[in-house]
Amino acid sequence: MGEAKHTEYRGSIHQRQKELMLKWYERLNEAAETGTPPTASLMISGNCVELLEAFGAVPIYPEVNALQLAIRHQSLEPILAAEELGYAPDNCAYVKADIGCYIKGITPTGGKLPKPDLVLCNFVGCNTYVKWFEHTAVLTGSKLYVLDVPFLREDEPSPADIDYVVRQLKELVTLLEGITGRKFDYDRFVEAVRCSAQVEDLWSQIKHLARRSPSPFDAYFDAITLMGPLYVYRGTPEGVEFFRAALEEMQARVAAGQGVYEQEKFRLVIEGPPPYPYFRTFRDMFAKWKACTVASTYSTVGGLWEFGARHDPAHPFESVALHMLAQNVTNRNYLQRYEQIRRYLEEWNADGLIIHFVKSCRLFSAGQGDMRDYVTKKLGIPTLYIESDLEDPRYFAEAQTRNRIDAFFEALEHSKLTAGAV
Amino acid sequence: MPTVERTFEQCQDLITDLSFERVHRWKDQHPGARVIGYFPVYAPVEIIHAAGMLPVGLNGGGDRLDIQHADARFGSFICSIVKTTLEMGMRDHLKAFDGILFSSICDSARNLCFVMKRNFPDLYVDFLHLPHNPSSPACVDFLTCEYGRLIRELERIGGKPITEVALQHAISLYNHNRQLIRNLYAFRAQKSHLLRAWESYVLVRAGNFMPVEEHNLLLEESLEQLSQRSGKPRDSIRVAVEGAFCEQPPLDLIKLVEDAGCYLVDDDFVIGQSWFVEDVGVTGDPVHALAESYVNGAVYSSVRHDFRAPRWDGLADKVKRSRADAVLFLIAKFCEPAYFDYVLFKKKLEELSVPHLLLEFEEKQFTFDRVRTEVETFVESLVFD
Repeated sequence: MGEAKHTEYRGSIHQRQKELMLKWYERLNEAAETGTPPTASLMISGNCVELLEAFGAVPIYPEVNALQLAIRHQSLEPILAAEELGYAPDNCAYVKADIGCYIKGITPTGGKLPKPDLVLCNFVGCNTYVKWFEHTAVLTGSKLYVLDVPFLREDEPSPADIDYVVRQLKELVTLLEGITGRKFDYDRFVEAVRCSAQVEDLWSQIKHLARRSPSPFDAYFDAITLMGPLYVYRGTPEGVEFFRAALEEMQARVAAGQGVYEQEKFRLVIEGPPPYPYFRTFRDMFAKWKACTVASTYSTVGGLWEFGARHDPAHPFESVALHMLAQNVTNRNYLQRYEQIRRYLEEWNADGLIIHFVKSCRLFSAGQGDMRDYVTKKLGIPTLYIESDLEDPRYFAEAQTRNRIDAFFEALEHSKLTAGAV
Repeated sequence: MPTVERTFEQCQDLITDLSFERVHRWKDQHPGARVIGYFPVYAPVEIIHAAGMLPVGLNGGGDRLDIQHADARFGSFICSIVKTTLEMGMRDHLKAFDGILFSSICDSARNLCFVMKRNFPDLYVDFLHLPHNPSSPACVDFLTCEYGRLIRELERIGGKPITEVALQHAISLYNHNRQLIRNLYAFRAQKSHLLRAWESYVLVRAGNFMPVEEHNLLLEESLEQLSQRSGKPRDSIRVAVEGAFCEQPPLDLIKLVEDAGCYLVDDDFVIGQSWFVEDVGVTGDPVHALAESYVNGAVYSSVRHDFRAPRWDGLADKVKRSRADAVLFLIAKFCEPAYFDYVLFKKKLEELSVPHLLLEFEEKQFTFDRVRTEVETFVESLVFD
């Protein structure tokens, strides 16, 4: 089988995404040099960035910094620096890369990163985050606040869960007023929530376009490109503008019948984060087979909106709480993830599931063998299980991964041909 | 054989019995009564007891269970206790259980909860969110509601209400139990030559498999007999153990460390059984009292976060209180909470000039030659320092 000529489409949104992310790093550099705007470290998943908007504060996302390093093949040096401090080979490599960068003064763009005015651990499902942000606070001497979000252990959050999170959000308002010296701007908060709702709606529409065949974009690899602005600009008019343009671009591609490949041969769902140190290599392994991802769980880390949930400016605190509790994949329980995957496979009309086990992230990966058992035996869908890491380049076995992916598609191709012959 | 030695042997048999014969016997003696297991580290056992049920602490399959099925479900880089717990279910070891509780200790255990739920649909499997923000005034209210949810679930399973009186009675029994365990630890710290760590460990852990009333009697009798015990001090250094709060080290490893020249004067083995530093209140709303104690009166642990009182200060207090010369980090392979805490614990100990040694273990480990050499070298370095 020959190599595909195009492994991705490059639209204007890819360029715009780069500009927006650079602008974000410039603001962080400005904060580092001048002390303004105020900044807070924040976790991507299920966060309350709208509250920061109300103070004109800028989020620092250690995960984004870590993945930027990995994708630029610069993560190993800081990981090794953290291991010298005593972190174990089996600790999350995102954390080690971030801590190592702090020690060695490395930043993804070469600019400066500010000492956060607040280390805000919006703990949603990821226990590692509690440790990570605690360590960051110790290292930087910044104030730490852990916003405890009860895990979604039943179908929906209880009134007690919502009340607990709302009360903490209000404590956070008081804390941010003290730290920033700025008064909480309620109108700006409501506006940020309104922008988020619009962005979520646009993002959801984009994701639903992947139900078309061919899909106009890859809902794993291209979705990751769009996730940067999604996190950094969700609560802003710039975010709304970006996603409106992205939707229009995608709709134009649908109208023109353009897919990721000239001929889309396989439709996939991917579960788990990507191997960022080998992002391009990994993508090409699927491009070779003209296999397009039509849905992915990783793209719902920031928020799960394709099934209808939105922020609500009429109830800003409650809807931020609900977002943190229920509308992101990391705070939803494992069986809810199985159900999410089932819906993707059926409603996005996919041929198979790829499970990428990453050793750093037990939140995603612990139990994925059981997930495979469910998908293959209960749903009867072909599933490939591969292992590597999202940050540490030492755990990517390229030849073995390629062999497994090739074998999976060969079998899938055979079963499609056989099914066609019946 | 003197009685207390026989007690330790019986306890050792009890904690390694994967058929849970003692639990089955309790069930036979209490027709219709339920058994609720709980995964480490802590569970509000008082509530289970007040429901007329037997709480049973599950601590993995130890070194007596080959993993045949669970590896395929949990893959690489996941700790052994997660796999052996699932394996016990898949191999019918958990037939005596009507339910199993998990809590917010780590991501692997949390996912295990839901894998168990799918694979054992007849079992009541639940997840308690034990909060991580005790500095919030909302924290106690939340946990009170969470315990209220558990109470409703147990009432549904048990078919009868859990009364305030039953809860207060259970709190009194467990307060006494925790006080006896604290007494046992104090005895060991003061007279380390008269009580080995493995003996104290099996005695405490045995409480996971019997009603608290029986365990209280066992502890009282053992403490009385220990006060009569005599023996000569050994030439050993005083060591506090940290990091073995969930998956438990093999008994042979604990014995080996002691034989290699250590008095283990304090530890965090099965720490959930001595979770509170003081008695839980027995007056007023018992559910609120349990929540209040979790938030404001619990021991430090790598799986309980209280940013008002850093855990490394807790370790420093433990070293001081037990007059330990050194700290031994006994960390289960792939235990991420312990790995993370090791970095900040180590930093604190180095500030205090307290020597420390890190040993990784797995519950099913059976060869210890390398470990013996490491511990002996560590002890020698301190003795001849």
